[in-house]
Amino acid sequence: MDSRELAKRIRKHALRMTSRGGSSHIAAVLSMADVVAVLYANVLRVDPERPRWSDRDRFILSKGHAGAGIYAALAESGFFPVEKLDTHYQNGSDLSGHVSHKGVPGVEFSTGSLGHGLPVGTGMAYAAHLDSKQHRVFVLLSDGECDEGSNWEAILFAAHFKLRNLVAIVDYNKIQSLGTVAETLALEPFVDKWTSFGWEVREADGHDHGALRSALSAPSSSGRPVCVMAHTTKGKGVSFMENTVLWHYRTAKGDEYDRAMTELDRP
Amino acid sequence: MRNAFVSELLELAIADPRILLITGDLGFGVFEEFARRCPRQFLNAGVAEQNMTGLATGIALEGRIVFTYSIANFPSLRCLEQIRNDAAYHDANVKVVSIGSGFSYGQLGMSHHATEDVSILRALPITVVSPADEWEVRQATRALVATPGTCYLRLDKSKAPPTHAADEIFTIGRSRVVRQGTDLTIAAMGAILEVALEAADDLAKSQGIRTRVLSVHTVRPLDIDAIVAAARETGGLITLEEHTVDGGFGGAVAEALLERGAIPRAFLRVGLRVGFCSAVGSQNHLRALYGMDKAGVIANVLRMLQKQ
Repeated sequence: MDSRELAKRIRKHALRMTSRGGSSHIAAVLSMADVVAVLYANVLRVDPERPRWSDRDRFILSKGHAGAGIYAALAESGFFPVEKLDTHYQNGSDLSGHVSHKGVPGVEFSTGSLGHGLPVGTGMAYAAHLDSKQHRVFVLLSDGECDEGSNWEAILFAAHFKLRNLVAIVDYNKIQSLGTVAETLALEPFVDKWTSFGWEVREADGHDHGALRSALSAPSSSGRPVCVMAHTTKGKGVSFMENTVLWHYRTAKGDEYDRAMTELDRP
Repeated sequence: MRNAFVSELLELAIADPRILLITGDLGFGVFEEFARRCPRQFLNAGVAEQNMTGLATGIALEGRIVFTYSIANFPSLRCLEQIRNDAAYHDANVKVVSIGSGFSYGQLGMSHHATEDVSILRALPITVVSPADEWEVRQATRALVATPGTCYLRLDKSKAPPTHAADEIFTIGRSRVVRQGTDLTIAAMGAILEVALEAADDLAKSQGIRTRVLSVHTVRPLDIDAIVAAARETGGLITLEEHTVDGGFGGAVAEALLERGAIPRAFLRVGLRVGFCSAVGSQNHLRALYGMDKAGVIANVLRMLQKQ
């Protein structure tokens, strides 16, 4: 499946899953759907037949609230049956709102509290470096999540130890929990911050699959860890969800659901 | 205790390349030999305990046994959520080591008093060990390497005198009877066992009171059988911890006894009851201030026996 088709399916699954279960964070999934699709379709060396294959690339979703998108990507990539997605957020399910690895093949790490993924991914990259392994470690963060100091501890560490096998991707949609990033805790000049901490930063349109493919695929050219700053639109693909704070929380029901699905279904 | 831990871990690390020791930029004069002899198994993560613990989890999930090290509450409470969500939830082989339990760093002030860590960490599904003497430290270090999953090792600046038999076997989760007795029991957690031993010896000599003393080095999982036996076979039970009594070792013992229906004739938790300590003083000074010294324990024993 090509990345475009995968992205479309991730968005549709996530809309269906969050609506059925009445869960939040659909806009956060729509924001990162293209990044995740390019990762699973073109970049990550993973094998659904061997989810714990030791040479696999590691992928951690640090913005765990967008877990529905990872479950959808994994199911569509063959890690478990697509039907399992119907259990999302339901009583007795393995698929919790924030991404959990227990009972879900392919989930590398459970998150939900922000600021946890990058330190752990840094540890995985450090271990690979110690063992002279060739696989890479990818961590997808939200922009609001970069308020967490633990990330900056890891950013310091990864640069100091020149973990060139580590890629941090920021889903930079410029909206966080209660307002815009600029209004909440300004991150700009954001790229400069990562650069000054010693990372190799690549900016890309977070919905341009070609641009994402090259930004995510190319190995570090500087021997330093890589940050892919993916400029995204929160709620991407559903006009009335785009660039709003509301759809960080709201669940699409009834007519809203139908309209959203119609938009996502467009070729 | 610290040197016993580091020298034991060094021996283990030389034999097992999976062992990695990460310090949060503390341990001046302690780790030099370890770093020199096992340079690929030693790492200074800087003053960044949240990252240190997440990092340790990531490394552990790739097949290593990772010890994180710092003092007082820094490797535990500062990064509690990393211990909970990252290490423990993922069953990662992360061994959190804190040096400076209780009032070990008495004069350094409240920030350096580790007086709630056991209550908080025993609520997590991890192994919690607070050894009493250097032998227990060495044995516990060895045992934790062999214990899968996340563990907490609480080290003290002071230590109880050795009480082990030459052929004694140390087991995580199994307490040690270090003085036999039938009149009452003092169950101690950690290096303050020294006080329990002194009190027991004094009571035997001066009053002919036969005190059973237990070294309960593992708080989780707790050796319920030994505690129930002590409650049933002796006249009363005192728990002793250099730690808050709220939810701590004594709390764990009380929970276990009540659920087993083994109610001692008398029961008392000796520990910190005043919240935070802002008094300045050495470990012994602060123990005495809060009734956790020999005199305080003896007074409590006599009061308890008198009531019966």
